[in-house]
Amino acid sequence: MKHFPVLFLFVLSGLALPFLGLVLSSYIQLGSLERMTENLSLDDEGNPIEGKPIEGEPLFPRKLPGVAQQGKAVYADLGCVYCHTQQVRRPDYGADIERDWGKRVTVARDYVTQKRALIGNLRIGPDLTTIGERQLDANWHHLLLYNPQTAFEGTSSMPRYPFLYKVQEVEGAPSANALQFEPDSKYAPKKGYEVVPTKRAEVLVEYLLSLKLDYSLPEAKIIEE
Amino acid sequence: MSNPSQSKPQSVPVDPAMLAALGAVDRSLRFPVVFFTGCAILWLILASVLALVTSIQSFQPDFLSSLPCFTYGRLYPLASNAMLFGWGCNAIFAVSLWLIARLSMAPVRDGGILMIAGSFWNFGLTLGMFGILSGDLIPVESLELPGYATPILLIAYALIGAWGVQAFLSRQKKTVNVSQWYVLGALFWFPWIYMIAQFMVVWFPVRGVVQSIVSHWFNASFLNLWFTPIALAVAYYLIPKILGRPIYSYSLALFGFCSLVLVGSWTGMVHMIGGPIPIWLSSTSIVASVIMIMPVGVVVLNLFLSVKGSFAEMWRSLALRFVLFGIGSYLLAGIFGSAMAFHSVSEIVHFTTAISAYHQQLIYAFFSMVMFGGLYFMVPRLSGREWPSADLIYLHFWGSAVGILIIVFALFVGGLISGIQMNDPEVPFVEIAESLVIWLKMNSIGIICLMVGHLAFAVNFFWLLVAGHLVSSKQGSVVLESTNQEGTT
Repeated sequence: MKHFPVLFLFVLSGLALPFLGLVLSSYIQLGSLERMTENLSLDDEGNPIEGKPIEGEPLFPRKLPGVAQQGKAVYADLGCVYCHTQQVRRPDYGADIERDWGKRVTVARDYVTQKRALIGNLRIGPDLTTIGERQLDANWHHLLLYNPQTAFEGTSSMPRYPFLYKVQEVEGAPSANALQFEPDSKYAPKKGYEVVPTKRAEVLVEYLLSLKLDYSLPEAKIIEE
Repeated sequence: MSNPSQSKPQSVPVDPAMLAALGAVDRSLRFPVVFFTGCAILWLILASVLALVTSIQSFQPDFLSSLPCFTYGRLYPLASNAMLFGWGCNAIFAVSLWLIARLSMAPVRDGGILMIAGSFWNFGLTLGMFGILSGDLIPVESLELPGYATPILLIAYALIGAWGVQAFLSRQKKTVNVSQWYVLGALFWFPWIYMIAQFMVVWFPVRGVVQSIVSHWFNASFLNLWFTPIALAVAYYLIPKILGRPIYSYSLALFGFCSLVLVGSWTGMVHMIGGPIPIWLSSTSIVASVIMIMPVGVVVLNLFLSVKGSFAEMWRSLALRFVLFGIGSYLLAGIFGSAMAFHSVSEIVHFTTAISAYHQQLIYAFFSMVMFGGLYFMVPRLSGREWPSADLIYLHFWGSAVGILIIVFALFVGGLISGIQMNDPEVPFVEIAESLVIWLKMNSIGIICLMVGHLAFAVNFFWLLVAGHLVSSKQGSVVLESTNQEGTT
């Protein structure tokens, strides 16, 4: 077969060109993105300088604290990403912002600190980009993880994570971190018992509380109404 | 049932020497290929059981939720990996090795090495599965297998791929057939896309969204440059072989192949339209996805023109019935894949189960159905035994066909509805979840149908292995309809 080298080059190009065009070029363009201040610093004429942060101002996105980092690993290994996204689409595209899932669109820079980007592909549950702003109460998160029916009776398709919690007898005073159920909640433990989070539940909730989109970036500003 | 062997047109005279050579090729591959097929079927059963469990969990969240290893978030990737790397890849190894050796007329030497490679592949996969169950999963679609399992898969593949290429290089026939282009291309592409994805996502993960970009590139390439070409190779091989007439047009076949190579791997970013990536990336994939209708359309057109007027005959051949269903599904998947690239469609279906419906259409309704056809044709020739029961094959076909139609319909309609609701901020999220439940239940019914089909397939296959020779004499030809045409490649 005399055309073999031609065919081979062609077959190779079918792999190499998309790799160069999609993967490598986006790696070059986005891989070098760094954290940034909310506004760019200005030159003498008052024009913003591309890629130059203002000295002394905080850089965004924030780095996750260590505890939240551990919580992210729990989020990852329980496969939360199969039902929850962490990305906000732009205003004219879907209703993410109207749904209060974030005040602005998320951009590539929002993810630069993440070793594992959990942006997700499917929304069986709501987007979680800003869950740490929407639900500030750790107890709410714990109740939801322990049994989602506590928050969404009969309507939630989220699984329970009872293995992240311990049901134990109250000895003396109730534990400080025990879950606070609604009065008369049918999901509350029996009298004399309490539900306490394990270490994994604690760090997972720390992670969820850390999910916020409360800062602007030069390319994606929060527009206050 | 009608006897398919009566209506075969006899267009090309049979060459006894060629028959003997084909027999030698088949014998040289008997054990490794039967081994791959057996593994593929076992993974398929496991995948359908897991798919059923996760589908029940999707509307009955308390089902099996008390242990971390049974939580939805772990069983779901387990099911998809069993499907893609267990069933899909083992079936590909079985069929593509056999196809390439046959088309090259080159018996495979040292088939025992292939058995070892196959054992390694399945061992690595099993190890990875336990890794996922115990919480080592990489939370990236289709790349969940932990980084300590995948090197085993890659090493195993190196041997399998090398054997395939070796069979091609030692070919006795000068002409190269359409099926061979597809198989060779796929055997070459797979290790690269898998290795690059492993490097950039699993072993040395790149930061941020680049990782998601790599994973979408991987997923599109995996489907368009690995699953699709092998299924097309099977279709291009079986149709002329069983119907006894050549492919309609060589140029169309060449054009279809070339256009698939050119655009197949560019399409992945349509799943990130509106996401946190530069616009040029998603625009590139949108263009590629729209063009994708060409390779799909051309291949389907060519195959349908090849069988024009013989649809009844194709339907009577059990192997071709699967292929026919698969090719029809490919066209639908292609249309949906291109439609999905348009902003107005993507805005609705994005993040919904409609995307899962598209994947099911491609992975099951197209790829798996064609592979079933290929296996039904191949196994009797390799083993020298007939399928013990034609009824079980019918059961398999109808279980799979009805099941996948229900699944795709349910996920697609359910996805459309929730997509429309999701874009209306007045509808609270809990309502969206509630209205999806009925469709998820329907999806489970579809999966039960698939399971019936898969069990019929498994019973038939293992029955053939254990006692096939006992049945063959009394029941006569079931799928082995065209031994009289083996000379016509």
